[in-house]
Amino acid sequence: MSVGSWLLWGFVATIVLTTIMSGTQGLRLTRMNLPYMLGTMFTPSRDRAKLLGFAVHLVNGWVFSLLYVAAFEAWGRATWWLGASIGLVHAAFVLTAGMRILPDLHPRMASETHGPTVTRQLEPPGFLALNYGVRTPLSALAAHAVFGAILGAFYRVASG
Amino acid sequence: MERIGDHAAIGNGRAAALVSRGGSVDWLCWPRFDSPSVFAALVDDAAGRWTLAPTAPFRSERRYLPGTNVLETRFVTASGALTVTDFMPVASPEEQRRLLLPDHELVRLVSCEGGSVELATVFEPRPDYGRERPRLRDAGELGLRAETRSGLLTLRADLPLAIDGAARATGRAVLRAGETRHLSLSYADEWPAILPPLGAPTREALARTVRWWQGWVGQLRYDGPAREAVVRSALALKLLVYAPSGAVVAAATTSLPERVGGELNWDYRFCWLRDAALTVRALFGLGFRDEAEAFVSWLLHSTRLTQPELRVLYDVHGNAPARERTLDHLAGHRGSRPVRVGNGAADQLQLDVYGEVIDAVTHFVRSGGTLDRETQRMLCALGDQVCRSWQGPDEGIWEPRSGRGHNTHSRVLCWTALDRLLELHAKGHLCSAPVELFERSRAAIRRDVEEHAWSARLGSYTARLGGEELDAALLLLAWYGFEDARSERMRATFSRIRERLGARDGLLYRYRSGDSPGEGAFGICSFWGVEVLALGAGSAQEARDTFERLCRFSNDVGLFAEEIDPVTGEALGNFPQAFTHVGLINAALSLEQRLRGEGTLPHAVRSRAELEEAGA
Repeated sequence: MSVGSWLLWGFVATIVLTTIMSGTQGLRLTRMNLPYMLGTMFTPSRDRAKLLGFAVHLVNGWVFSLLYVAAFEAWGRATWWLGASIGLVHAAFVLTAGMRILPDLHPRMASETHGPTVTRQLEPPGFLALNYGVRTPLSALAAHAVFGAILGAFYRVASG
Repeated sequence: MERIGDHAAIGNGRAAALVSRGGSVDWLCWPRFDSPSVFAALVDDAAGRWTLAPTAPFRSERRYLPGTNVLETRFVTASGALTVTDFMPVASPEEQRRLLLPDHELVRLVSCEGGSVELATVFEPRPDYGRERPRLRDAGELGLRAETRSGLLTLRADLPLAIDGAARATGRAVLRAGETRHLSLSYADEWPAILPPLGAPTREALARTVRWWQGWVGQLRYDGPAREAVVRSALALKLLVYAPSGAVVAAATTSLPERVGGELNWDYRFCWLRDAALTVRALFGLGFRDEAEAFVSWLLHSTRLTQPELRVLYDVHGNAPARERTLDHLAGHRGSRPVRVGNGAADQLQLDVYGEVIDAVTHFVRSGGTLDRETQRMLCALGDQVCRSWQGPDEGIWEPRSGRGHNTHSRVLCWTALDRLLELHAKGHLCSAPVELFERSRAAIRRDVEEHAWSARLGSYTARLGGEELDAALLLLAWYGFEDARSERMRATFSRIRERLGARDGLLYRYRSGDSPGEGAFGICSFWGVEVLALGAGSAQEARDTFERLCRFSNDVGLFAEEIDPVTGEALGNFPQAFTHVGLINAALSLEQRLRGEGTLPHAVRSRAELEEAGA
């Protein structure tokens, strides 16, 4: 495994993913904000949550990119479309299983069945994160596909 | 449709809502003052509202909770009484760090004081000035959701709500003495929504909000006449401050008519540089240093892109406001069409803004502020611009759409700009000012005004150089120190203005011309009259009596629109209007100083350099 290549392109791919998600938020395509959602796991302060969440999101991006890299190494090759394909699977997982279990993991997220409480007030994402806007699945799929495509296009497979 | 003055305003430093005497939220723009509306029944019955009131006939009375912008409306029916408390929650920075709070929320808390009363609520959001009919969806414990093109509206209530086919939700409940219901409407555009729970947390939000407003107003320093009106004016002004940038919007609404049924309907949800000096003086004068400094900082920041030229108005972040257009699908307030959004005055030339901005900065320096080198350079560049342009015609303070002229007020404000720059230089706050150029131009402007803006036939200064019309803005000649309020010329001008522009009880029209036939008396001009009296054109008692009479023209909760119908006393124009409340505060401050026997205000004294120059 090429550690330097993974660190560099894992970082770049995460930044691009975050930029795309922020852009789709700015264009009012979705209200899903992963750094904010991650940050509010640790603090209720909006400003601190954004900052902390961004750091956690960056580390998460690196960690997830390790799985992509592991797949590339196992296949012995890395191409943009292989990366994009993993990205689509990744996004589908996040949107279905990930978003379903999030209210149970997140200490400040309300549940769809019980509603908000004093400690849990953050709107839950719902199936496919549709609560955050009907275009949320599309935004997430596109962002993760680009994330994977960047890794696939630029990561240098050590065994290749 | 309820009248303008039948409304009261609530807000949170980002947006404001107007609630009618009948319990209807008739105006709300989210996420900020100049965003498209969610409710706009004030300009068209079909453009959205949210009502909450007894089903039986009632009479209502209302008030703000003392020292707050929390509105309490009491509905009295034959079977009992209900109190509805409306507010937009605010919290201290410490509370914001500790608690998860929605960015935008409007809370309605209803309690039964006695007997048994059936209440009904009808929720009809019509975003984008009534052009959107969002689909309402019942999301169970998460509330009713309306996904709009700009964001998500979530309505939560502890009374049953039903969605009908007309894109609205309705609910009814019978409340008995001591029972309470809570309703919360929140808005999320960029983030997942925060959904505050109802019940005790709602009451805690109310307590937090009351504490916040009372803490803020506790800084107010004023012991003169009509203190209650001054406190309410300060609170109204604070409602119109956009907290993230410090900008002050002129009013919370668009297109409320200056003449019912007329076309004088403008969008005031922007920030006019014209209001700068008066606003800063009002804020510093009452002791709200943070707000005054934030506003000066916004002034310097927002004008940076266009310097040394200044635009007439900016949005809350210092950008050019949206292009003016008419919304022809709206019927207008009581048939007053068109409804406009954006403001075409942005393209006008108003030379007075240089004096306003520089005078505001001077207030800041007099109050202990300092200027960095870049700001000093910027101020000098503004001075150069004044020296180059003061002789030209402009549209002037009242923004007529009828063309440019040589306006006396604008010219005096050019004089003010140079006078204050020379003052700043003399005090060491402006290192490299072209002093000779500024002095020469200042003297030339004074000569020009004294020779050409004075009409011997009329015995008064005139609205335009060489003209014969009057303008209430001439009262500001004393305010800016161009004329001493006790001088023969100023007294004569004031006398003519009262004679020709005066209505009953101290009310003054801004002018009488074909530009705005049928409009009401102008709120701030009337208070300028008080200020001239307080500065020395009349006795302290006359100033006080006039001031107290004018304060009685507010509506039942102490708010003013832009204008007042002299016959009926009805509020006209956009509402609530920062400029009118600024006028009230400044008049009160001058009056307080006069009653204390203190000297003339620093801003109204000619600079030493000019006095020496004039051989005084």
